[in-house]
Amino acid sequence: MNAQLNHIYKSFGAVQANVDVSLTVQSGAIHGLLGENGAGKSTLVKMLSGFITRDAGEILLDDKPAEVRTPADGIRAGVGMLHQDPLDFPPMTVLDNFVAGKAGGLFLNRRDAVQEFKILADQFNFALDVDEQMGNLTIGERQQLEILRLLSLGVSTLILDEPTTGISASQKTALFDALRKLAGQGKSIVFVSHKLEDVEELCNQVTVMRAGHVVGTVDIPCPTSTLVSMMFGRELAAPVKPPTCQADIAMRIQGLTIGDDRIDVQVADLTVRRGEVIGLAGLEGSGQRLFLLTCAGVLRPATGKLYIRDANGLCEMTGKPYHQYQTSGVGYLPADRLREGLIWGLSIQEHVVLRTSSSGLFIDREASRQVADQAIQKFNIRGKADTRVGQLSGGNQQRTQLALLPSPLNLVLLEHPTRGLDIESTIWVWQQLIERCRNGTSIIFASSDLDEIVQYSDRVIVFSGGKVSTPIETTALTAGKLGEMIGGKFGNNGNSAYAGVN
Amino acid sequence: MDFSELIVILATAIATATPLVFASIGETIAERAGVINLSADGTILMAAMTGFAAALATNSVLVGFLAAALVGAAFALVIAFGAITLKQSQIAIGFVLALLGADLSSFLGNPVVLVPGPTVPAFNIPLLQDIPVLGRLLFQSDPLVYASYILIIVTWVFFYRTRPGLLLRSVGEQPAAAFARGANVVRLRYIYTLIGGALMGIAGAAFSLDFKAGWTNRSTAGYGWIALAIVIFGGWNPLRVAMGAYFFGILQSLASVAQSSIQSVPTQAFSVAPFVLMILVLVLTSGEWLDNLMSRLPLKVRRPILRAIRQPAPAALGKVFEQD
Amino acid sequence: MKEKSQSTSRALVFRPARGLTYQAGALLLSFLFITIIILLTGESPFRVVASLWDGAFGTTDQFARVFSTLTPLVLCSSGLIFTFTAGLYNLGVEGQIVAGAIAATFILREFQAVLPAPLVVAAGVIAGMLGGILWGLLAGVLKVFGKINEIFAGLGMNFVAQGLAIYLIFGPWKRPGIASMSGTEPFGESLWLGRFGQTDAAPVALIIAIVALALTIIIMRNTHFGLRLKAVGQNPRASFILGMPATRLLLSSFIICGAFAGLAGGLQVVGLFHRLVPSISSNLGYLALLVVMLISFNALWIAPVAFFFSALNVGSLQLPMVLRMESSLSGVIQGTLVLLALLARGFSERARKAAGGQ
Repeated sequence: MNAQLNHIYKSFGAVQANVDVSLTVQSGAIHGLLGENGAGKSTLVKMLSGFITRDAGEILLDDKPAEVRTPADGIRAGVGMLHQDPLDFPPMTVLDNFVAGKAGGLFLNRRDAVQEFKILADQFNFALDVDEQMGNLTIGERQQLEILRLLSLGVSTLILDEPTTGISASQKTALFDALRKLAGQGKSIVFVSHKLEDVEELCNQVTVMRAGHVVGTVDIPCPTSTLVSMMFGRELAAPVKPPTCQADIAMRIQGLTIGDDRIDVQVADLTVRRGEVIGLAGLEGSGQRLFLLTCAGVLRPATGKLYIRDANGLCEMTGKPYHQYQTSGVGYLPADRLREGLIWGLSIQEHVVLRTSSSGLFIDREASRQVADQAIQKFNIRGKADTRVGQLSGGNQQRTQLALLPSPLNLVLLEHPTRGLDIESTIWVWQQLIERCRNGTSIIFASSDLDEIVQYSDRVIVFSGGKVSTPIETTALTAGKLGEMIGGKFGNNGNSAYAGVN
Repeated sequence: MDFSELIVILATAIATATPLVFASIGETIAERAGVINLSADGTILMAAMTGFAAALATNSVLVGFLAAALVGAAFALVIAFGAITLKQSQIAIGFVLALLGADLSSFLGNPVVLVPGPTVPAFNIPLLQDIPVLGRLLFQSDPLVYASYILIIVTWVFFYRTRPGLLLRSVGEQPAAAFARGANVVRLRYIYTLIGGALMGIAGAAFSLDFKAGWTNRSTAGYGWIALAIVIFGGWNPLRVAMGAYFFGILQSLASVAQSSIQSVPTQAFSVAPFVLMILVLVLTSGEWLDNLMSRLPLKVRRPILRAIRQPAPAALGKVFEQD
Repeated sequence: MKEKSQSTSRALVFRPARGLTYQAGALLLSFLFITIIILLTGESPFRVVASLWDGAFGTTDQFARVFSTLTPLVLCSSGLIFTFTAGLYNLGVEGQIVAGAIAATFILREFQAVLPAPLVVAAGVIAGMLGGILWGLLAGVLKVFGKINEIFAGLGMNFVAQGLAIYLIFGPWKRPGIASMSGTEPFGESLWLGRFGQTDAAPVALIIAIVALALTIIIMRNTHFGLRLKAVGQNPRASFILGMPATRLLLSSFIICGAFAGLAGGLQVVGLFHRLVPSISSNLGYLALLVVMLISFNALWIAPVAFFFSALNVGSLQLPMVLRMESSLSGVIQGTLVLLALLARGFSERARKAAGGQ
């Protein structure tokens, strides 16, 4: 089935996720959708499947306008989507998951369902036990089930959103074989990914999106450099950070392994010097957040050791509780400011009070007011001491977070430090941070803005689907190299990281 | 105590438990769809009063049950509207309704207190009643009791053997996934909350038109809370929930037997049992210690044991579903 | 950017006003609903109001009874401010009153013959507090370490406490002769808390409640503890990142609420009933939950609302005699007010969202 999206618009509040996006997927083709985080890929395909409703534009299936407003519409029209986070029911069995939502008679017919399942599963060599509990399956197996389920619904357009994150190499091979087979049967496949390697290996055609717009569509094969420049757009900005690096060591890592239910991350040995800034590049969900949380003491690594310098020199911090990291001068600034960093209903002044280590019982309003006013002035926060942080703009929330960082600060971990900020605020935030570096603070920050990474880092580490590169001097970076690594093509850098050299 | 006495006690226990079966199955249905109906106690009282008054006015038990079911559904509608549409706390609204229903039933039911009224007639099922032991135990009762057997079985079959039942469970488990599969989450939640409420209403009428025949203020007080406890105790599985209700019925009738011989502790003290059991079950199944203990066993043994012990609450229970 | 800040500032101006409109609407609807309910019984609403007023404030005795109801209500409402602020639904408050009453009765029984009376009374009240703490802490430990929902654990423990009280009244602590629902053997008058004349009001108990309320207001407004509790209640994750000791704060809120409720239970024993009765808590814990839900957890409003609710409770007691009407009218009024206030809150949030705010 041909699927065609014409002039699609979608915004969430003030954010324009899709602007005049058009895309055509031919029957029998595997069409890649490539782009950075926030480029609008997922939003687009969710609208095609009916999971979210579009603001404007039309969807044509086999050249006929299709009314796809809900997933039920989507399924009826033959569009099925495999979501990035598995949308299934972990406590139920594989068979229940396979059947849930399927049309049919009132009663469930186990024998027919098992038979249908087996026939489909055998076609693709997926070995799944129908009575196993969904929650005990790997991500890859849950994906396999979901694909079988969508096929059993008779979809002729199959959308896969970042399907290769969190699955094993053999599962990936099986997945790709299955997708090629499906395309061969005349189905159209939309393959959303940020991994250049996967897209190059699998797709016939690729559409690249950037910041809610379509950049262009190219046929594969096509030089990697073309794809990279389409994805990231431009030459990288020049580094602007003055040297602040000092000789002594602020932090040392020995072979960390960190994992959650989606990815495992292995970070080889790493040494950070005082005043140094390390940028973590890569698409979101590639392991940077896990790494930052581990350095901040919020997560515990499965293996490996972590040393951080405080007033007493370099101390081992592995397995210590979070508050000990704080007393050692480690600060953490989350990206989701209102969910993780600040408390919506409390004022700036109240946040100042929360941060002061109180010896007394009562809040000293006078003193905290003064501190808050000073912070507001110094950090140029547009708000008053008694303004609730929820009512501040994003930039002012970030300024408030910075103002709340403890002093002295040995190490600060930042997630997307300038996301959602205007240029003026961005420059200002970094001025403050670099000022801290001059005083000996080390910074590790994750950002999906490559300019920011290159402008302000001394060294850069690239994360891609749990793979971690060795630190690269920023001066040795090129846009192409960085883009390839983010897309998962590590070359020698990645291997050496695994070998644990450096 | 000889054998026939035991049968009598058990038959009484089944009868005692019947309203509880309706109430706890009703609650199970609502909770499986993701909505906690904490108003059970007030709903039951209000429905018991209304059902009795309606039956009295029309001299029809059937009208009484219908009125009770409507009252139960109306209470559930307030919760569904407040929780699903207005996205307020289900707990707060349900709790207020539990108290309000109790007071409202006493206030409005004043004129019918201790007035004799119609009751469900006894009816022995031909043939089945002659089965030795079982006949006396199960089939020499009244239509309401038989209806409760059917309800248990139908609910179980619905949950685990039908398509809409599977979808109901999925809505309470992961509404986003159910939505992605084409379910209309909001509508389904409304429907099942109302059905659950109607069943709770029937439980109320089961008191006033059958087992306690007549209306006195707060005559069923406490049963709604017990129903809530039994749902947890039964792990949201209709069969287990019904077992929990019968277990409670047996405790009650044993207590009243014991009381006539020991005479020291009133039956109210035995009403505590479901709550103690509920807390024990929660301790047993919620903590991580069970996983730690079980992780030492081989996977083959571990899985069936865990599956037998652990009946997790629907994952989306009490949570608001935000579309888009 | 500019337009956005403008719209938020406009929302700031209109937000409370809009909320107020909805609350006024809820109040009006409540009155309408209650009027209809009263008309259904064939009684005149005016006569009912007059009778309620008369029942609450007609005689010194009745007025004093309002205060004796107010005492436990204020104590429990104050306690609930802590747990609600920490984001917890402490439905177990009812059982915490009972546990306090049991503990107080135990001390009074054990030591009435041994120690001087004032000491026994004081020890009883303190024991009540400890009993409430124990009961509250149990729910807290189940919540924090067992990950067990405090709503169900609390409800369950209410019934356990109630069952324990009945067991004691009919078993080990039964009156000589016949055990009955009328409670344990009354304590000698030397163990009674001083009363105001011959009325039910015990001034000391009222003072304790007022002190507890004042402490609550002060702690919530002026201390680090109160602010941290607010932080944890509003956003546990961010509070953790900012370095709050969440576990300790949650347990403390359970302890404080348990202490206040237990105190209320102990005072019910020494100040009002002078024995343990099955209905020792008189559902005042549940009523306190309604009070706190109605005032959106703002402690400043406890006094007037609790007073109004107490007056309703006492005023309705004579309805059966005077108007042959059930006294549960008070509960109907209280429940209706709270239910419609909750729904109104929902409507106003919806309207705000529809208007493009947060």
